[in-house]
Amino acid sequence: MMIQLDNLSKVYRVGVERIAALDGVSLGIGQNEYVAVMGPSGSGKSTLMNILGCLDRPSEGQYHLDGKLVHRLGGHALARIRNERIGFVFQSFELLPRLSALHNVELPLLYSGLGWLARRRRARGALERVGLADRIKHRPNQLSGGEKQRVAIARALVVQPRLLLADEPTGNLDSRTSEEILALFDRLHAEGQTIVMVTHEEEVAAHATRIIRMRDGRVASDLAAAEDRARRASAEGPTDKAKEGRP
Amino acid sequence: MRLVALLLSLPRLLLRSALLALAQVWANKGRSILTTIGIVIGVAAVTTVIAALSGLRANVLRDFESIGAGKLFIFPHWPDQGTQRHASWRSIRFTPEQTEGLTEHCPSVECFTRQADRSGIAVEFDKQTTDAVIRGIEPEWHRIENRSVVLGRPFSLIDNEQAQPVCLVTESLRDRLRLDRQCMGQRVLVDGRYYLIVGVVEPPTDFGMFGGGPKEEEILIPFSTYWKTYGGRGWSYIIAVSKSPTVSDEARAEVSFFLRQRRHLKPGESDTFQIEVVQQYIDKFNQLSTMVTLVAGGIVGISLIVGGVGIMNIMLVSVSERTREIGLRKAVGAGAGAILMQFLVEAVVLCLIGGLIGLALGQAFTAALGKILGAKLEHAFIPGWAITLSLGFAAGVGVLFGMFPAVKAARLDPIEALRHE
Repeated sequence: MMIQLDNLSKVYRVGVERIAALDGVSLGIGQNEYVAVMGPSGSGKSTLMNILGCLDRPSEGQYHLDGKLVHRLGGHALARIRNERIGFVFQSFELLPRLSALHNVELPLLYSGLGWLARRRRARGALERVGLADRIKHRPNQLSGGEKQRVAIARALVVQPRLLLADEPTGNLDSRTSEEILALFDRLHAEGQTIVMVTHEEEVAAHATRIIRMRDGRVASDLAAAEDRARRASAEGPTDKAKEGRP
Repeated sequence: MRLVALLLSLPRLLLRSALLALAQVWANKGRSILTTIGIVIGVAAVTTVIAALSGLRANVLRDFESIGAGKLFIFPHWPDQGTQRHASWRSIRFTPEQTEGLTEHCPSVECFTRQADRSGIAVEFDKQTTDAVIRGIEPEWHRIENRSVVLGRPFSLIDNEQAQPVCLVTESLRDRLRLDRQCMGQRVLVDGRYYLIVGVVEPPTDFGMFGGGPKEEEILIPFSTYWKTYGGRGWSYIIAVSKSPTVSDEARAEVSFFLRQRRHLKPGESDTFQIEVVQQYIDKFNQLSTMVTLVAGGIVGISLIVGGVGIMNIMLVSVSERTREIGLRKAVGAGAGAILMQFLVEAVVLCLIGGLIGLALGQAFTAALGKILGAKLEHAFIPGWAITLSLGFAAGVGVLFGMFPAVKAARLDPIEALRHE
């Protein structure tokens, strides 16, 4: 398994109260899986994302990434792992407004110790991959929402990450643009990219091959997409009927 | 291993941070300029003050050096205590014999001249009369005072040995008495005696605040003539020149030892003469001006600290404005060190830009000062060390006051930072 989580917990202290954002999560994600993490707000999916992305450390449990135990690493080592192995895509794009698309994409490589020419070449390559070869000089405010998110995806891809983490990547986009972005994710997945995506929209999650549903810091269900759909259909069926049956 | 790699990557990191900082400063041009005003004024003030002081110093030192840095003035002098306190002028004055062989006994002394002068002596030629200074000199005098004979000839050995009634005059005296331009061979009446003019001598150097200048009316006669005519009357003294200004102290000690011997002064008895060394005054003045420069520079330097507070303020604003950017940079792999460096370098770059503007302003002020105050400060300039020091100090202020905001930025939690509105 590329990612192995064992009995992962994250406990926050609020005054004297202890709140468990994650409560004993164990799961594995293999190479080239396309996983959607779903759940209501407060279910712990963001915390899970932060830990998967090495932005946060678990209070308990173990996290292996590529067989490497990462949850006890120091800040500097975690920054290196984020830089080399993980690509982030955010809901609000997080592009730096003063930089051109090319420079935005180049940003992670600045911290990788790569030479100037190699950085340029790879940043261009990443922008071509997301179909924005003609937009490299544009600033974020000269780009449409979909284009901005594609720049952000190019920035995530430029380090050739083992894991692409997307947090509500279509949350700020209209449905047509969302479809474009999701099509891009589908293509990346087809090309072998491992993707973990947080979303609360069923249509978005439908693009994934596996769906993990969280509730109260625990994994409520973890099924292949087709199986999840079937399970939901049978679960929702009676509910809908019950609703209709009400006076 | 890791340390070596870190050190190797440092120049590149610094360069990149500097470029980033310049872009950031450029993006906030107006704000950056306003922020650096404190530094600009500080550096401009420091460099102008130092330039003005160094100009003043160069001016005073030039005056001293026009007298001659290696010169020793040796005067008869009544001691403050001891039996010689009430001695007569006769026993105190220098006789020519006392100083015979001074150069042979004082190896640090290059040459010397006996000299005596009286002022307010009536000089007369063809019904024209004026009061002039009469001065008895020896041949070495021309070299020591750097005043050569421009017309005619200097005194010959015979003039000196036979105490001939010959004289040299300055141009100003020649013109006052309406002598011929080529006045050699004409006779002037001085104090009831006729002197044959043999030449015209250069006017004394303008000593600035010590007097001198081309207006001085002087009549020079051989020292032997002077001694024969006036004896010990008038003020007689010796001017000696040390082989170089650096051996002035040795020369002084040697002359003192020599004169004490010649005057048969016993150990414990006070000197009956006084030696003034020009170099000694130069040293003292140098010490004083260095101290004044340090104190003035230090006081004005405080304004740089005040400027630093402005820098810190704007850097804190910058960090809080760019919280999301910091969060993103951290998310894509920037370590705390890289973020720290980015903001620290930005503060230093701000300060250095302020420093450079301040330096340009200081240069302009210095030039203006030279124009306004004229001769006294025309040589005012900002010395190299002041440029290095003020820029270094500005950079130091940047590091000092940029550190807190930079540490704050480096410590930001990326998750919190990305959530920041």
